[in-house]
Amino acid sequence: MSEVLVLVDHVDGAVRKPTYELLAIAKRIGAPSAVFIGGADKAAEVADKVKAYGAEKVYVVDDSEIRGYLVAPKAEALAQVADKAEGPAAILVPSTSEGKEVAARLAIKLESGLITDAVDVQVEDGTPVTTQSVFAGNYTVKAKVTKGTPIITVKPNAASPEEGAGAGAVEEVAVAVSDAAKGAQVVASQPRQSTGRPELTEAAIVVSGGRGTGGDFTAVEALADSLGAAVGASRAAVDSGWKPHTFQVGQTGKTVSPQLYVANGISGAIQHRAGMQTSKTIVAVNKDEEAPIFELVDFGVVGDLHAVLPKATEEIEKRKG
Amino acid sequence: MNIVVCVKYVPDATADRRFESDNTVDRVGVDGLLSELDEYAVEQALQLKEKRADEEVTVTALTVGPEKAVDAVRKALQMGADQGVHVQDEAIAGSDYVATSLVLAKAIEKVGRPDVVMCGMASTDASGGVLPAMLAERLGLPQVTLASVVETQGDQVRIKRDGDTATEVVGATMPLVLSVTDQSGEARYPSFKGIMAAKKKPLETYALSDLGVDAGQVGLEAAWTAVEETAARPPRTAGEIVKDEDGSGATALVEFLASKKFI
Ligand SMILES: Cc1cc2nc3c(=O)[nH]c(=O)nc-3n(C[C@H](O)[C@H](O)[C@H](O)COP(=O)(O)OP(=O)(O)OC[C@H]3O[C@@H](n4cnc5c(N)ncnc54)[C@H](O)[C@@H]3O)c2cc1C
Ligand SMILES: Nc1ncnc2c1ncn2[C@@H]1O[C@H](COP(=O)(O)O)[C@@H](O)[C@H]1O
Repeated sequence: MSEVLVLVDHVDGAVRKPTYELLAIAKRIGAPSAVFIGGADKAAEVADKVKAYGAEKVYVVDDSEIRGYLVAPKAEALAQVADKAEGPAAILVPSTSEGKEVAARLAIKLESGLITDAVDVQVEDGTPVTTQSVFAGNYTVKAKVTKGTPIITVKPNAASPEEGAGAGAVEEVAVAVSDAAKGAQVVASQPRQSTGRPELTEAAIVVSGGRGTGGDFTAVEALADSLGAAVGASRAAVDSGWKPHTFQVGQTGKTVSPQLYVANGISGAIQHRAGMQTSKTIVAVNKDEEAPIFELVDFGVVGDLHAVLPKATEEIEKRKG
Repeated sequence: MNIVVCVKYVPDATADRRFESDNTVDRVGVDGLLSELDEYAVEQALQLKEKRADEEVTVTALTVGPEKAVDAVRKALQMGADQGVHVQDEAIAGSDYVATSLVLAKAIEKVGRPDVVMCGMASTDASGGVLPAMLAERLGLPQVTLASVVETQGDQVRIKRDGDTATEVVGATMPLVLSVTDQSGEARYPSFKGIMAAKKKPLETYALSDLGVDAGQVGLEAAWTAVEETAARPPRTAGEIVKDEDGSGATALVEFLASKKFI
């Protein structure tokens, strides 16, 4: 069975959940091979993790020479691993901004078609067929790659991780990275501070606040915590400086597709919808009954969020006992 | 100094965007405009120029697209770009990222060796955010992408960006490909003077043959990806909407969440 390469999404060796989702998708296409580009000292730990989710092979690329350079070295490394894998059936890359740029460069290098932001990948007649959600979630598109190795970037929550050990054979790959690839260097980096809440793009429930919060997110955050949810924000809330840009949901922020999305004091502009329209269940609290967000909801409350949310939180806490 | 800013003509996001029967984006029947996210790129290009008053700086706005796409270039000229290039050729219709990046790269080379190739963070229709990386790959240039802050000194560029897991400062030396986000600063509106001046600015139209690109390398037929199906998402069925009166809204909300097993 042909190999399917999966680029491991990790922070200093801590594997992020989308990696396991990609491994589950890879199994549908062929034999999953994880590609870990990172610290050699973390390789054994990472290999154990990806093996538990079905990796038959684990390619390890020690990144000590290329750490701190933007995108290009990773694309070169991945191209060399693809060469080693001798015609992989597909290459799956997490749809992060870096992942997409790695995939973009790889597509040119390998003369292969690229599909970005897949929300599902199935196999039809032996080839991967992707599903994408486009035009702010108003259309669903099915596509496939017709030339070269299918290179597909996959969004979080596109599949459920599947436990089940693979062989997990570790293979170290020594890659040669050109000087030209080292043209953009990270000169300072401030790791994101953990909020103690679930990761926005991975969360099962997202509770967001917009301009209607008036800058006070206390009620939004309390509701989020009672539901074990991540907190999001509209661009209006971000532009006002109430929340950092990393909280932004929408076209120029994060795309989320949780089981439940609760929009509070958010009008529902097309650019906001673009980031949340594919949520399974949508709830909104807004004092304006004409707000366009109500066109999307499964359940809506016309009312003042500063009154509705604290009372709802209290009742949820009571029910939880 | 030469700056080429890549601007895309896209269907208006507030209109009813749709697909043609061959599953390509309807770029004619739906009103189009300069992608809002590329206005930020034009703005940063103009600011780069303005900071170098003692230097000769040329800002060229470049688009690849159908006849009407020239509107995107015109808007950039009205905002203050010095000259425009529109690559238009029947054969380009239906091109995928790979082919579009080839045409853009060839056009950039024809314009001349730029110091900065400026892009938006993503197009508002395809929203891939991959073209800048592809251009960097094809042109053999470093890429500094998704900048929320751009600083330059001589040929040194420093950007700040919100990476996936960290906030980073990235440095590189020109020539390079730079993409900027909507956090980089409000884009200016064309002034009346700017609109009048734009009419006299040089605007060239290239066909594929001018760029030495073979028609067989681009377009729907040559695409390395194929769209099999496009379907409008079924409209969401109207949900239940209640008015909050003395706390009834919160109770109803909690009932709903419990009925869906979220509590
Ligand atoms: C290129 C571009 C990219 C963009 N990208 C994004 C993006 O990624 N994400 C995004 O969100 N936006 C984005 N926007 C902005 C978008 O167009 C809207 O301006 C924005 O989403 C509005 O945010 P809002 O709903 O919080 O504010 P508003 O539209 O002002 O809505 C506030 C809502 O709160 C309600 N309200 C007020 N007080 C209360 C109260 N006490 N209780 C309950 N309800 C109350 C009001 O009735 C109103 O409906 C983008 C715009 C552009 C041009
Ligand atoms: N047809 C095009 N003509 C000019 N520039 C483009 C075109 N397509 C994409 N770009 C540029 O590439 C950026 C990213 O586009 P994309 O990868 O399609 O999301 C845009 O913001 C533009 O700056």
